Amino acid sequence: MSRQSLAKAHQKIQELSWEPQYHEPYMKYGTDYTFRKASKKDPLKQVLRSYFPMQEEKDHRVYGASDGAIRGNMFRQVQERWLEWQKLFLSIIPLPEVSAARSMPMLFNVVPNPELHNGQAIQMIDEVRHSTIQQNLKRLYMNNYIDPAGFNNSLRNFHSDYCGTIGRQFAEGFITGDAITAASIYLTIVAETAFTNTLFVAMPAEAAANGDYLLPTVFHSVQSDESRHISNGYATLLMALSDEDNRQLLERDLRYAWWNNHRVVDAAIGTFIEYGTKDRRKDRESYAEMWRRWIYDDYYRSYLIPLEKYGLVIPHDLIEESWKQIWEKGYVHEVAQFFATGWLANYWRIDAMTDEDFEWFEYKYPGWYDKYGAWWENYSRLATPNGHNPIVFEDVDYVYPSRCWTCMVPCLVREDMVMAEVDGVHRTYCHEVCRWTDVEAFRPTYQGRETPNMGRLVGKREWETIYHGWNWADVVEDMGFVRDDGKTMTAQPHLDLNPKKMWTLDHMRRCPPLQSPNVIVNEMDDAGRAAYLADYNRQGPAGRPAPASA
Amino acid sequence: MTTEQTAQATTSRPERSVPKPQFTDAEAGAQEFPDSSASARRYNYYKPAKRKQTHYEDVTVDVQPDPRHYLSQGWIYGFANGEAGYPLNWTKLKAWGVDEPEPVRGIGSGGGGKDLVWPAHGWHEFRDPNEEWEMTFYRYNANVVRQTTQNIENARQAKSFEQWTPNWVHFVERNVGAWMHIEHILGLYVFAAINRSCPTNMHNTAMVVNSMHKIRFAQDLALYNLTLSEEIESFDGSAHVDAWNNDPEWQGVRKVVEALTAVDNDWGEMAFATNVVFEPLLGELFRSNLVMQAAAGNGDFVTPTVIGAGEFDYSQRDLRWTHACFGPLTEDREFAEYNKEIMQGWLAKWVPMCIEAARTMQPLWSQADNKPPRFEDSLDRAKSRFAGIVAELGLETPKELSL
Ligand SMILES: [Fe+2]
Ligand SMILES: [Fe+2]
Ligand SMILES: [Zn+2]
Repeated sequence: MSRQSLAKAHQKIQELSWEPQYHEPYMKYGTDYTFRKASKKDPLKQVLRSYFPMQEEKDHRVYGASDGAIRGNMFRQVQERWLEWQKLFLSIIPLPEVSAARSMPMLFNVVPNPELHNGQAIQMIDEVRHSTIQQNLKRLYMNNYIDPAGFNNSLRNFHSDYCGTIGRQFAEGFITGDAITAASIYLTIVAETAFTNTLFVAMPAEAAANGDYLLPTVFHSVQSDESRHISNGYATLLMALSDEDNRQLLERDLRYAWWNNHRVVDAAIGTFIEYGTKDRRKDRESYAEMWRRWIYDDYYRSYLIPLEKYGLVIPHDLIEESWKQIWEKGYVHEVAQFFATGWLANYWRIDAMTDEDFEWFEYKYPGWYDKYGAWWENYSRLATPNGHNPIVFEDVDYVYPSRCWTCMVPCLVREDMVMAEVDGVHRTYCHEVCRWTDVEAFRPTYQGRETPNMGRLVGKREWETIYHGWNWADVVEDMGFVRDDGKTMTAQPHLDLNPKKMWTLDHMRRCPPLQSPNVIVNEMDDAGRAAYLADYNRQGPAGRPAPASA
Repeated sequence: MTTEQTAQATTSRPERSVPKPQFTDAEAGAQEFPDSSASARRYNYYKPAKRKQTHYEDVTVDVQPDPRHYLSQGWIYGFANGEAGYPLNWTKLKAWGVDEPEPVRGIGSGGGGKDLVWPAHGWHEFRDPNEEWEMTFYRYNANVVRQTTQNIENARQAKSFEQWTPNWVHFVERNVGAWMHIEHILGLYVFAAINRSCPTNMHNTAMVVNSMHKIRFAQDLALYNLTLSEEIESFDGSAHVDAWNNDPEWQGVRKVVEALTAVDNDWGEMAFATNVVFEPLLGELFRSNLVMQAAAGNGDFVTPTVIGAGEFDYSQRDLRWTHACFGPLTEDREFAEYNKEIMQGWLAKWVPMCIEAARTMQPLWSQADNKPPRFEDSLDRAKSRFAGIVAELGLETPKELSL
């Protein structure tokens, strides 16, 4: 369509907007935000006459590249270290995508601007696209990559895996609770506007460096839809800002959404990019460098700060704190170490780090080797079964962490861990902001104000607690992370596919039972708990026990 | 530059930093180990509806988990009222198994899925017979908009709009125009809306596809209207808004459409009332039994192709998933009678509303110069089509149909 006829078409479809005359639509989803009838228009009205052919054309490119990759034997050059982590990533990501689709109509109910609803409906369609095109990519990996285990049962696995559920926040957070908190602030303003850059741009670049050019093809195609979604969020945000009463809620929700996205996305994507790659060129950007560019400069400085003039209270302190977590407190390294510690509770293979990796880490993160080097050397030493147990049971100077009840990542930066008693249970939190999220933000009142629509954090949020007291062979079997011979584990702490080098349920059977730190901390008396907390805060880095007190 | 200089320039150019491909031999079949066989190369976490897993199933089934299926830590976010995820009571309809309790998890419970027989309830048996996912729905809809645009463009070039009778111009600007609002509202506020509340990923994918048909068709009509106002001098491109807001003929159907968006917390009733009752009794009544019948006689060969695309969406695609979704519930091994009663109740509620709305549309049948079939004949055809759909679902024709 020509530019001129497209402009006319945009104008014309505005005539479709509907003012109910006889019945108002059923209001299923509530919000504590209020919207005056703001005059803000849909910034990008999508005309389907051009949308459908445009999307079809994008599809042609994606499917063409897929055929090409197979014909060109791409998998002869793919790094297994990288593709193994895709077993986790591609199990998680289709769910957030389709959850984003499902969240869109929650906004119809609460944002009284029919011009926006059209854009939200098109986003809904895009998100179904994203979910199914990613399921399809995973299917292609399963069919063509050397080791299909973990791809073939991914949608079972990730719901029971010990780090999979962390990723579920990135889906359920979009669809539940206050409609604006969920579908606008958490999903669009923070997840899409800030973090899709690391997900869909930085990570695909790393995939390409590891011989996989299909992931970039699919995810760049996905990302090309995001600017429209970001515009939807921006329009809604401006409408919300025009109502003074909303500012307190916006401040709350930005703090929650920012921090939770940082905790969850940086944990996962940071690990994939830093520990899933074989590309150790010194001039390739580290995750911290990418973060600084995509998130700190492009999002924080160029997108968020200009909104201050409209009255948005920006969580400057939390953005600086997240940076500090990544740059000074080793957040990504702590997470990668944790994921590898519990390799036996996963369903993919985690490669050990080599001297070449060490050198790169030391170059990019000075001081890395002193903190993490010895542990990774132990990881290599204990990689194949040879009379010893998996690393989590061996004495390698690592204290198994407690879970953060809010973000579900364990409390890895030990000095930041805090506790609170909620409903008679002592919960541990990885950081004060996670405590605040649970104890103050997700509550029916906030700073004295009624917030009857705010959601709740529910569920069995500590993976270890569900399996407390279990034998490890039973845990792995219950989760279904076993290969087709009925005993070899799906997960391995190395990449060697020689069956003699692979761990089996028999090796698991002889391990000590699984103990949940969160159960144990609740069995203590108050004094014991205080001592536990004091000791915990003195642990680390790299999970080291607290030094013996002087 | 001398050869020497060239050689120098080449060697002194800094090496570009690019990742180097390595031979890894990580392709299927390169090695033998547990899970390396071809039989491990399929999604093994769900049971296909037929013998073989389909591509559609692979990309949709189980993307959204269920506390009864692998969701070992349960839903992790809740609404203020305690509901979480996709509650199964967001419709009154029931599929077998829904009254069984969810597994209770806690300290040392394990994942809780051990003794569950899957699929744990009947909602998970639904498959869209159209097998829609992103590849199919973009191909389909891109084809439709291409064809529609081409038909209109051909007509424009052939100056075929000049053959329309004056009253037909008036009919199209007001009445075909008014219909765009109906498709738009149903697309957004019925089908997009319930894509949040239906229970499984297979349901919500079907709702999204139905929604996009409607939104597209609404826009097709709007843009067709735009072309007509550019091509026909007397054509008033804003008359459709006035007709929709003020013409008595349109107020009955408008009431029904708005009522469909206002159904009290029941995605099932919304979808059922729209596709089983509204569409045959009012949608096809207007589209097939009036516009498609009257156009040719009034010199119009174009409008039927635009309207026909929407007609095809419903009769060949949307009605098919509707049938696959609701039909099995009337034969449900646990709740067949219960579901029939609910659906008969819906028929008793919506049929009289639709018949009344149909009758308020009656004057439209005498607006064109060249008259279509009699209104009563058109309505009879719509009624018998409706009766057929209802019978196929295993339901009784409601007595209200004879109103
Ligand atoms: Fe997306
Ligand atoms: Fe998006
Ligand atoms: Zn936390």
